[in-house]
Amino acid sequence: MPNSQMTPGIQSGRLSAEAYQENFSDLHPPYEPHEAAVAADRCYFCYDAPCTTACPTDIDIPMFIRQIQTGTPEEAAKTIFSQNILGGMCARVCPTETLCEEVCVREVAEGKPVEIGRLQRYATDKLMNSGKHPFSRADVTGKKVAVIGAGPAGLSCAHRLSMYGHDVDLFDARSKAGGLNEFGIATYKSVDGFAAREVDWLLQIGGISLKTGKSLGNGLSIDQLTTAYDAVFLGIGLAGVNALRAEGVDKDGVSDAVDFISTLRQAEDMSTIPVGRNVVVIGGGMTAVDAAVQSKLLGSENVTIAYRRGRDQMGASGFEQDLAASAGVRILENAQPVKVHGNGAVQEVEFEYTETTSDGLRGTGETFRLPADQLLKAIGQTLGETPEGIILEGGKIAVSDAGRTSVNNVWAGGDCATGGDDLTVTAVAEGRDAAEDIHQSLMG
Amino acid sequence: MADISANFLGIKSPNPFWLASAPPTDKEYNVRRAFEAGWGGVVWKTLGSEGPPVVNVNGPRYGAIYGADRRLLGLNNIELITDRPLQTNLREIKAVKRDYPDRAMIVSLMVPCEEAAWKAILPVVEETGADGIELNFGCPHGMAERGMGSAVGQVPEYIEMVARWCKQNTRMPVIVKLTPNITDIRRPAEAAKRGGADAVSLINTINSITSVNLDAMSPEPMIDGKGTHGGYCGPAVKPIAMNMVAEIARNPETAGLPISGIGGVTTWRDAAEFMALGCGNVQVCTAVMTYGFKIVQEMCSGLSAWMDEKGHSSVDDFVGKAVPNVTDWQYLNLNYIAKAKIDQDACISCGRCYAACEDTSHQAISMSEDRVFEVMDDECVACNLCVDVCPIEDCITMEPMQPGQIDPRTGEKVPSEYANWTTHPNNPSAVSEPTFGG
Ligand SMILES: Cc1cc2nc3c(=O)[nH]c(=O)nc-3n(C[C@H](O)[C@H](O)[C@H](O)COP(=O)(O)OP(=O)(O)OC[C@H]3O[C@@H](n4cnc5c(N)ncnc54)[C@H](O)[C@@H]3O)c2cc1C
Ligand SMILES: Cc1cc2nc3c(=O)[nH]c(=O)nc-3n(C[C@H](O)[C@H](O)[C@H](O)COP(=O)(O)O)c2cc1C
Ligand code: SF4
Repeated sequence: MPNSQMTPGIQSGRLSAEAYQENFSDLHPPYEPHEAAVAADRCYFCYDAPCTTACPTDIDIPMFIRQIQTGTPEEAAKTIFSQNILGGMCARVCPTETLCEEVCVREVAEGKPVEIGRLQRYATDKLMNSGKHPFSRADVTGKKVAVIGAGPAGLSCAHRLSMYGHDVDLFDARSKAGGLNEFGIATYKSVDGFAAREVDWLLQIGGISLKTGKSLGNGLSIDQLTTAYDAVFLGIGLAGVNALRAEGVDKDGVSDAVDFISTLRQAEDMSTIPVGRNVVVIGGGMTAVDAAVQSKLLGSENVTIAYRRGRDQMGASGFEQDLAASAGVRILENAQPVKVHGNGAVQEVEFEYTETTSDGLRGTGETFRLPADQLLKAIGQTLGETPEGIILEGGKIAVSDAGRTSVNNVWAGGDCATGGDDLTVTAVAEGRDAAEDIHQSLMG
Repeated sequence: MADISANFLGIKSPNPFWLASAPPTDKEYNVRRAFEAGWGGVVWKTLGSEGPPVVNVNGPRYGAIYGADRRLLGLNNIELITDRPLQTNLREIKAVKRDYPDRAMIVSLMVPCEEAAWKAILPVVEETGADGIELNFGCPHGMAERGMGSAVGQVPEYIEMVARWCKQNTRMPVIVKLTPNITDIRRPAEAAKRGGADAVSLINTINSITSVNLDAMSPEPMIDGKGTHGGYCGPAVKPIAMNMVAEIARNPETAGLPISGIGGVTTWRDAAEFMALGCGNVQVCTAVMTYGFKIVQEMCSGLSAWMDEKGHSSVDDFVGKAVPNVTDWQYLNLNYIAKAKIDQDACISCGRCYAACEDTSHQAISMSEDRVFEVMDDECVACNLCVDVCPIEDCITMEPMQPGQIDPRTGEKVPSEYANWTTHPNNPSAVSEPTFGG
């Protein structure tokens, strides 16, 4: 008897093969050329455009859209990639509704922005599908830089450095490059192994030697690296997670949402991924939404996101919240978990309602229970390995605007460093800007 | 990577995109910004003789025609030549040219039709270090009433005379800018050549009234209740300009005379089309007045990418390449037979092709109850109207028939040989062997 959405416990194979196929296909399917032409036509080519200002990587958006309009999408792609080498991934994962598209003059005036993200995808797909890499390296400088972490920040930094002719050793603790592009981003945002294809395409620049399974703190040290290399860039992301303080969280069926997602992202076949009939996700950010939505897509009957504050405080954007709602996920506000019930494995989660007072958030004393055979914790990530001798600020590596850390010749960027939101595009911008500063300091 | 630099009359510019003589080139501030943005050259806003400058109206000088979404398609203006003192302009031209030696600096001139006036201005322009001059024989309003601009440009003898004066009095290359407000553009071009001009540029603006205010019962732009005809430019005039360019390029009298193409150039593709018709470079006005100087980046990237794709290493590889294929109607192959074809996967069933063909053409498209539209080959004369009105690019295409196939419309075999009107039996002056266009 195959499993269904009703099968109790944590089970795989709850859906038909077609349902899995359908559920994990592209969230926003790529434009056909005609759709791209119509969408591009809406751009007004604004002066000193607000969309460009809102883009953390400052892509010249009106210019690339004009290049699409004039029938040269590959030139449009070059305009994008010259600012953001991961423009392909960003086209898929950027919360455009809170970045470029939010400030599009047509969003402000009509509530309907130019669809910048999808146009960016149209252009970048065109060039990447041709297999061409649009950049080449400057003459080799003889300088060597170590980049630790092959996520968006590290990849972007390594690429820019290589363009300037520096040789890069790119280390990552995992067996595969890509960082959260490969292990975190929701499946329906990056289908068909795009993250891995993008890494391969990016590395075509040459001069970057990828060394996987090598980590800082476990074989590599800052001391050693600064001695062996002319400069070091840290893009190690947030490898740790916040601990959930509630009784009984050690029960079976309780896990970290990021682990659940990374298993999912590496699966060849979604029907092999077990998921609870009743799933409860604790948290309010993008990770919580992604874990909840994907649980639902895997065939859970009931999925609830429980957040301790109001919806307006959630890290997930309105668009993400709507996406969750349309997938059938229930969002429960103002509720904090106090106890996990169950005999060995989780069966129920007990919550207390909260309210925000002048003294901050506090429980109201009123409690209730939700049935759960799976509890996913998504209450924030933390810096995993604290690199020795580097000053932190608010739990992250303290950096200047150009990404300089407190240690000479060591730069950092992306989620692991202070400044900017924890987004793919911000990591790309910080990696690139640090590379510019490293180049200046190596050649200056 | 293709080399997009251009050499027009020995005047070099890093790309073939110049700004036309107009407000964008009226002063140092603008021109410096244009060069910073990447423009290859400018034709400075037309200068007049020393003395009190002309005055402009103090109300609206532009009118416009829009496409969907208020996309500006045509602009009309009643502006005159520069209204700033001659000496100010000359000083600024010199300063800019000194700072941008690699960019083309052409000075547009319009002075009274007397040799003394030209003799007076040419040396002071030469002194700025400018690369050449353009004679504005085109401005259709304001100046024409004073015997300048298009009033000269409409009389070939005057063009020849003034061009000759200029050639005799300056070492700078002379470009004659032509007005389109004339019946046969070949005549003024021939006159310019006879006068010794090094090149022609065209078109200047077209006489026009863009709209009428139905409350005030006055043409727009309206100045205190009255309006006047202005000069029309922008994307809407491109087809008119390209025809005039092609006429000059294929006229044996003027063939080979360098041409600077102007009129509606907005994208790299427009530029490539003008150049294929024989222009050594192009000039742009309305497009920058609509979108700003930055568009030149798209023009450069687009032209270069297209040249790479086609294997053109320099602009000379394709300048004039379309000229041999511009011919007269009577030389078109009447044995070439095509049929429209609707791609059913691309079709969105709007029915515009049906309305066009059924109401106004050859009743050659069928419509089913469930809105499937199909071409009936036995009725289709391949007029192309359905292709032109279809909102989806490449949804309807023209498929040529192969020699030997039976044309279902006539029931006759498609001949393999070329045959044109010159031998057609219906032609009262038919000859036995077809003649070919040049
Ligand atoms: C579930 C989830 C969904 C998300 N969805 C979106 C989204 O839709 N849109 C968006 O813009 N952002 C999203 N984000 C955020 C985004 O993924 C991150 O901001 C971005 O990946 C940060 O890039 P990074 O390079 O700084 O770090 P990471 O992507 O985390 O990469 C860090 C890399 O460093 C390696 N590493 C870690 N420690 C060490 C060490 N000690 N030694 C060597 N290597 C090490 C890791 O293996 C990893 O490859 C999401 C995040 C999560 C968790
Ligand atoms: C406001 C305005 C002023 C112009 N002034 C001049 C001028 O002073 N001298 C001149 O030769 N042409 C003048 N022109 C014509 C332009 O140089 C150009 O020939 C014409 O606008 C067609 O090009 P376009 O379609 O790119 O605008 C003017 C055009 C405009 C719109
Ligand atoms: S563009 Fe507008 S603001 Fe500028 S001068 Fe003209 S009317 Fe005035």
